[in-house]
Amino acid sequence: MSNATAKRKKALKRILSRFDLYLMLLLPISWYVIFQYGPMYGLQIAFKDYNPIQGFIGSEWVGLENFTRFFSSYYFGRLLWNTLSISLLSLLIAFPIPIFLALLINEIKNLNLKKTLQNVTYIPHFISLVVIVGMLDLFLSPDGGFINIILNSLGIESIPFLEKPEWFKTIFIGSNIWQNMGWQSIIYVAALSGIDHQLYEAAKIDGASRLQRIIHVSLPGIFPVIIILLILDIGQFMNVGFEKILLMQNNLNLESSEVIQTFVYRNGILNGDYSYSTAIGLFNSIINFALLLLINRYARKKAETSLW
Amino acid sequence: MIQSSSKISDGKMFDIVVVLISAVILVIVLYPLLFVLSASFSDPAKVMNGEMWLFPVDFNLDAYAEIFKNNEIWIGYRNTIIYTTLGTIINIGLTTLAAYPLSRRDLPGRNLMMFMITFTMFFHGGLIPTYLIVQNLGMIDTIWAMVIPNAIATYNLIVMRTYFQTSIPWELQEAAMIDGCSNIKLLFKIILPLSKPIIAVLVLFYAVAHWNAFFNALIYLRDDALYPLQLILRQILLVNQLGGTDAAGQFGMDEKILLGQSVKYALVVVASVPVLIMYPFVQKHFVKGVMIGSIKG
Repeated sequence: MSNATAKRKKALKRILSRFDLYLMLLLPISWYVIFQYGPMYGLQIAFKDYNPIQGFIGSEWVGLENFTRFFSSYYFGRLLWNTLSISLLSLLIAFPIPIFLALLINEIKNLNLKKTLQNVTYIPHFISLVVIVGMLDLFLSPDGGFINIILNSLGIESIPFLEKPEWFKTIFIGSNIWQNMGWQSIIYVAALSGIDHQLYEAAKIDGASRLQRIIHVSLPGIFPVIIILLILDIGQFMNVGFEKILLMQNNLNLESSEVIQTFVYRNGILNGDYSYSTAIGLFNSIINFALLLLINRYARKKAETSLW
Repeated sequence: MIQSSSKISDGKMFDIVVVLISAVILVIVLYPLLFVLSASFSDPAKVMNGEMWLFPVDFNLDAYAEIFKNNEIWIGYRNTIIYTTLGTIINIGLTTLAAYPLSRRDLPGRNLMMFMITFTMFFHGGLIPTYLIVQNLGMIDTIWAMVIPNAIATYNLIVMRTYFQTSIPWELQEAAMIDGCSNIKLLFKIILPLSKPIIAVLVLFYAVAHWNAFFNALIYLRDDALYPLQLILRQILLVNQLGGTDAAGQFGMDEKILLGQSVKYALVVVASVPVLIMYPFVQKHFVKGVMIGSIKG
């Protein structure tokens, strides 16, 4: 018994002797409690009929009503389809491109060209989403946008791209690639530079061509990094860069541009339908989180790489 | 060693293909940027009928003159500078206050705290509950809504903590502690001076995020006197409202529409240049920052 008290005293002393460290943590931890865990606590209103006067706790329970209303609504299918298809297409098309770019940069022998290509492809990452979408608007405009001027000179009539639902995904993903491929390639380039040069030499002696060396040395060398980034990407699967989608949306392309997150914004912030929107957002987060757990577990088993 | 001639040409072919693809990528990335820049200095009529394709045609500064006359843009600029400066100071302050103690291996309970913090990267309460919290705190339509809800980016916190742990020898910290150095002194006199590169990267990350942010302003601000530049840009570029000074008196309707187009090009330039100027200074530290961030703590 006295042993336990002594232990407890010792632990207390250890904690007290670092009181200045805890003091430093006071502000950041309070921030996490209020702005990260506070909203998690607020998620309960997904199961309630939120009333601002009664607050998170006082509002009346309604069970799964908000969820069933969403699942049975006629736009549920469309929202889910748009969210999933934009995510999946991004993953299939936009994810591999930075890897390709990094492999390309790694193969450039001229140092100037190498540096130029890297620095130039970083630039668009620093341009704001509003400006990027503004540029898309200018370039794709049916009167005077340079894409349509090119089409016109080829004898094709102007296309109002941003008003066509069928063009939305292409423009969204294409401009994402343009904006982010350089930035996303940084980490692969760094990983490539860490590969042991003797491996390349050995492959060379074995008669491997440049392409074979990429496939059998470079790619396996950065495989763990690819897996980690893939997991992180899938952890954001349902969020699909919705801020940009929101900027690109108009009434004419809504059919293919409305995703779960933009719907939550529209319905929650603009219409003030808090409980219902929270339920939809929670549905989104749960799928997201489940996907993350699933892919992480799968990667740990199959590729022996994982986030935790 | 003598290589066969076919092998040499193989390698050369490969190099040529590499250079060609690089050139194509360079053109694809650069062309839109140069086009915007040139269009902002050109006669808008020539831009719209396709006469300008790379260099400015009929060089003029009308669009920039129009921007300088516009009050909203100046207010937006001023607000953005305030939000970016104040926000980045808060960001760096809070991130350091969290990263330093959490980097100390002698801190009881640090693993639990780290887990709680990392968890927020993968799961959060979402848009509406966050909005309601900010609303309940009375931050709607105040400058605080622009700087407090995003006071810490967990990713950056992990980057900084990992840097403290891996780049600053623990022995150095222990030695200072034995000499009777307090934690505050240790942080300011030893750790921070040794961490300049990572602080530079985080300042860049945070400042760029503030400069480019529009969503928080969109949901938390109603009063347009508080609007940051990005919201003003959104109105002009995407919602097509060119307010402020009235150009209609000086120009006919067609001319006004045309000028509106070139104002958009000029706005893209004016809004992006400050960030692009900043980036060469910290660019050399990027890779380190990104690499450290990929290591999970």
